[in-house]
Amino acid sequence: MATLEIADLRKRFGTIEVLKGIDITLEKGGFLVLVGPSGCGKSTLLNTIAGLEQISSGEIRIGGNVVNHLHPSKRDIAMVFQSYALYPNMSVAENIGFGMEMRGVAKAEREKAIEAVARTLQIEHLLKRRPSQLSGGQRQRVAMGRALVRRPSIFLFDEPLSNLDAKLRVDMRIEIKRLHQTTGSTIVYVTHDQIEAMTLATKIAVLRNGELQQVGSPSEIYNCPANTFVADFMGSPAMNLLEGKVAQASGAQHVVIARKEGEPILLPVPASVDAGKLQDGAKVIFGIRPEAVNDVESIDRNAKSVVRFDATVEIVEPAGSDTFVVIHAAGKELTARMRADADVRRGQNHTFAFNLDKAVLFDPETTARI
Amino acid sequence: MTTMTERESVTALAERRSGPSLRGRFQDWLPRLVLAPSFLLVLVFVYGFNLWTLFLSFTNSKAFPTTSLIGFANYQRLWNWTFETDPPSNWYTALVNMGLFGGLYIFFCLFLGLLLAILLDQKIRGEGILRPIYLYPLALSFIVTGTAWKLFLDPRIGLEKAVHDWGWTSFHFDWVVNPDMMIYCVAIAGVWQTSGFVMAMFLAGLRGVDGEILKAAQIDGASTYQTYRRIVIPIMRPVFFSALIVLAHMAIKSYDLVLSVTGKNPGGAAELPSTFMYSYTFTRNQMAVGSTSAVIMLMTIAAIMVPYIYSETREKSR
Amino acid sequence: MTSADLVTSAPRRLSGHSLTTRIVIYGLLLLFALVYLVPLVVMVMTSLKPLGEVTGGNMFALPEQLTFRPWVDAWGEARIGVSETRGIHGYFLNSVKMVIPAVLISTLLGALNGYVLTKWRFPGDKLVFGMMLFACFIPFQSVIIPMAVILGALGRIGVGLYDLTGWSFGLGNATVNLVIVHVIYGLGFTTLFFRNYYETFPNELVKAAMIDGASFFQIFRRVLLPNSTPIFIVTVIYQFTNIWNDFLFGSTFAAGDTAPMTVALNNLVNTSTGVVEYNVNMAAAIIAAAPTLLVYVVAGRYFVRGLMAGAVKG
Repeated sequence: MATLEIADLRKRFGTIEVLKGIDITLEKGGFLVLVGPSGCGKSTLLNTIAGLEQISSGEIRIGGNVVNHLHPSKRDIAMVFQSYALYPNMSVAENIGFGMEMRGVAKAEREKAIEAVARTLQIEHLLKRRPSQLSGGQRQRVAMGRALVRRPSIFLFDEPLSNLDAKLRVDMRIEIKRLHQTTGSTIVYVTHDQIEAMTLATKIAVLRNGELQQVGSPSEIYNCPANTFVADFMGSPAMNLLEGKVAQASGAQHVVIARKEGEPILLPVPASVDAGKLQDGAKVIFGIRPEAVNDVESIDRNAKSVVRFDATVEIVEPAGSDTFVVIHAAGKELTARMRADADVRRGQNHTFAFNLDKAVLFDPETTARI
Repeated sequence: MTTMTERESVTALAERRSGPSLRGRFQDWLPRLVLAPSFLLVLVFVYGFNLWTLFLSFTNSKAFPTTSLIGFANYQRLWNWTFETDPPSNWYTALVNMGLFGGLYIFFCLFLGLLLAILLDQKIRGEGILRPIYLYPLALSFIVTGTAWKLFLDPRIGLEKAVHDWGWTSFHFDWVVNPDMMIYCVAIAGVWQTSGFVMAMFLAGLRGVDGEILKAAQIDGASTYQTYRRIVIPIMRPVFFSALIVLAHMAIKSYDLVLSVTGKNPGGAAELPSTFMYSYTFTRNQMAVGSTSAVIMLMTIAAIMVPYIYSETREKSR
Repeated sequence: MTSADLVTSAPRRLSGHSLTTRIVIYGLLLLFALVYLVPLVVMVMTSLKPLGEVTGGNMFALPEQLTFRPWVDAWGEARIGVSETRGIHGYFLNSVKMVIPAVLISTLLGALNGYVLTKWRFPGDKLVFGMMLFACFIPFQSVIIPMAVILGALGRIGVGLYDLTGWSFGLGNATVNLVIVHVIYGLGFTTLFFRNYYETFPNELVKAAMIDGASFFQIFRRVLLPNSTPIFIVTVIYQFTNIWNDFLFGSTFAAGDTAPMTVALNNLVNTSTGVVEYNVNMAAAIIAAAPTLLVYVVAGRYFVRGLMAGAVKG
C-alpha cells in the first residue's frame, strides 16, 4: 500500500480547470518532487493534498485512507512553507509545539518532543528566541522542526528554498536530502527549480498547465523525456531540439538534418527508437543534450554511435568547470558542453561530434517521444 | 572612476557636479532654502509659541498678556484645585472627565474597531458597502456629529421619546441634559465618529498577516477562535499601539465635540482640560491659568507622542 | 502594498464557518451598520419635517409633511447668534474662501518639503523632519494665545499699511488670518504625507534627471510632480476635510460675520433665545457636512489612504 495515492484528481476554479486528471502514487520513504513552470498547478496540487484547497473530483488517499473531506489537521501531514510561516509572537519552542498544544498533548511530553527535534536540527540554542531574531537558514530549520515534531505520514514542502540566496539554497538542499535519508520520511516537494528536482527526488512529476507531462525517476525524466516540453524544461542548459526527416541511407533508416551551409547531417536512428515506428519521409524532432555534443577527442570513448559534423562557433561561454559553446547548425543554435580548456574561438569552423547513445526522437505533431 | 552606490545621495552627486562656483554653491543650498521657510514657520509658530505659552504660565496675566513673573504660582493653584473635590473645582472636574471620557473613548473605539475588523475579515459579501458606512462619520466635523447626537439623545424629541411612543413608557435616557451624565454622551458620540477609523487600521493590519501563517495554523489544528486569539491578535500589537496613540491624542485635544454635544456647557459639568483652558483664558480673563492648563495638556501629549515619533523616524531611516 | 491598499484589497480569510456563525456575523455587521447610519438618517428626516412634527412626533418616523422650508431657512433666513446676517450661506462662503487657498498652499509647501527631505539629504534632516512631525500633534490650545497676539499685531500693521498705501495687503482680514493659521499648522501633516510618498520614489529617476542637466526645480516640476497625483489627491482631501471641519481656530480668530461654517453652525444650534428650530438646525448641519461628505463619497479610497498615512507607520 503506497503512502500517497492520487487518483484522477481534478480541480476547477469556476469554469477553469486548473488540475486536469492527476494520477500519482508515492511509496513509503519516497521523495516526490512536483516541478513545472509558474502557473502549472503544482502548488495547487500540494494544497489539495494538504487539504487547504478542496478538489472538484477524484480521490486522495494517505496511508490507505481516503482524505478528501478531512480537515488539514486530521490528514496526518505536516507542511513547510516558502515564507516559513513562523508565528512571529511566539518563541521557537512555542512555534514547534503549537500543533501539539492544539491537539492537547501534555506539557511534559511536548517539551520532550521539542527538545528531541531541536537536537536533530541543531537548533537547541535557539529555542527561546523569536523568529525575527533568526537568520533565513535558521528560520527554515525551525519550520522543518515544526513539521518534524508531528511525525506525520507525509511531509509537504512548498518551495521552501525560494526565499534563500544561492549559496544558502545549496546548503539547505543538502540538509533536506540528509534529513530524508536519516529519517526515511515520505516527502512531497514543490519547486520550479529543476536542479532541486533532479538532486532531491526519487520520483519526479512534471506538470504543465495542470496536466501531468511525465512521472518517473530522475534518470528516466532526464534520459527518456516523454515529450519535448519535459526535454526542454529539465536539464540546464536545455536539450537541443533539431528538426529533421526520416530517410533511407546506406541501407538503414537515418534522420536527415538539412543545413543551409553545406551537406546535410546524416544520423543513424538512435537505439532508443523502435525503428518500425518510423516511416520514410516523416518529419521528426531530434533531441540531444549539450553534454553529448563535443569535440571529437572529448566524446565518450565507450559511445557506440558517434557522428561527426562541421559547424561554426557563435558564442563561447567559459563557465569555470565547463565551456558552453553555442554553434550554428541546421538553421538553429546548438549548445555544446565542452571541456573547460577546450580550444574553440568565435567564428571558427570546428569539427564536432554527436554521441547518439543518448539521443531521442520526438514526433513534431504530438511532441511525444517516439 | 568612482562608482555610484545605492546609498550615495543625490546631494552628493549634485555637489560633485556643481563644484565651487557661486551658482553651484547656491544650488547646493537651494534645497535647504526651500525647506527653510516651512521649518522656520514651524519653529516659530509651534515651538516658539509653545515656549511663549509656557512663559505666560509663569506670569500673572489676566485679560491680556503681562510679563510680571510669579513663578510656579499658577501651577500651584492647579495642583491645589486637583484635590478640591467638595465642591469639585473646575479643574478637578476637567481631570475626572478627561479620565472618564478618554478611557471610555479609547476602550470602546479599540474594542469596536477590532470587532468590526475581524468580522469584516471573514470573507463577507458586501464589504464594499459596509466599510464605507463604518467610515463615513470621519468625514464629518465634530460640530456636526455633536449636533446630530444632541438631537438623537434629547429626551424630549429623541431616543427617549421615540421609545415612549413605541410603548416602553418607563424608558429613561436623559443623559444628554443631565449634567452628571453628559460626559458619557460625549463619549458615545466620539466613539461613533472614530471607531470606523480604528476599524480601518485593524483591517489593514489583519490583511497584512502572511497567509501562509494562517495555513500553518490550520494544519496545526487551531480553530478560528484559537487562531485569532493566539496568533493574529498578538501580531496586531503594533497596530494596537498606533491606534492607542492616535486615540489618546484625539481625546486630549477634544474640544469641538464637547461643545456641540453639551451646548453651552451648563455649570461646567462636562468640563475638559480643553474647555477649561478656553473658558479661563477668554471668558474668565485668567490668561495665566489658561496658559498653565495648556502647558499641562501639551506635556501630556508630548509624553505620549515623543517616543512614538522617535521610533517612527528611526525605523524609516533603515 | 501600502496599509490603505490592504484595507481595500479582497479578503481571503478563514473559510468554513457554520451557518449559525455566518448568521451571527452578518447580523452583527448589519446591526452596526444601522447604528452608524441611523443618526444621519434621523438628521435628514428631521430636516425635512415641519417643526411641529419634530417636537411632537417620533424622530424615527418618516416626514408626514415633507417640506424643504427648513433648508431654505437655514440657507438664508435663520438667525445666527447675535449677528444681523441671516442664514448660513454667508458663512458657507467664508469657509470656501478660506479653505481653498489654505489647502492649496499647505499642500504645495508640503510637496516641496517632502521633496527636499527625501531627495536632498543633509545632516540633521531627520531631526528637522521629527520636529515638523511633532508639530502635527500639539494641542492647539498651547498656541492660540500667542497666535491671537500676533494676529492682532498683524491687524494693526494692516491698518497702518492701509493708511500708508491704501491697501492692507490682506493683513487683519479674518479670512486671511485663518488661511495663515491653517497653512502653518497643516504643514506638519502635508510634509509627512509627501515625505513618506517620496521616500519610496526611485532615486534613480532623480539622478538620471540630474545627469540630463535638470535643476532643482526642474526635477521637481518635471519628474516628481507628474508622478505625484495619488498623494496629491490624498493630501488635498485630508487637508480639505480637516480645515473645513475645524472649529477651534475658526471660533478664536474669526468671530462674527467672518466666521467659517462650523462656527456659524455651532452658534445657530446653541442659540438660547426663542424656540429651538431643530429642523433648521439639522438642515444647516447637513449643509455644513455636505462638502466633506461629497468628497468622501466620490474619493473614498483616497480618504482612507489619507487617514492611514496620517496615523500609521508605512
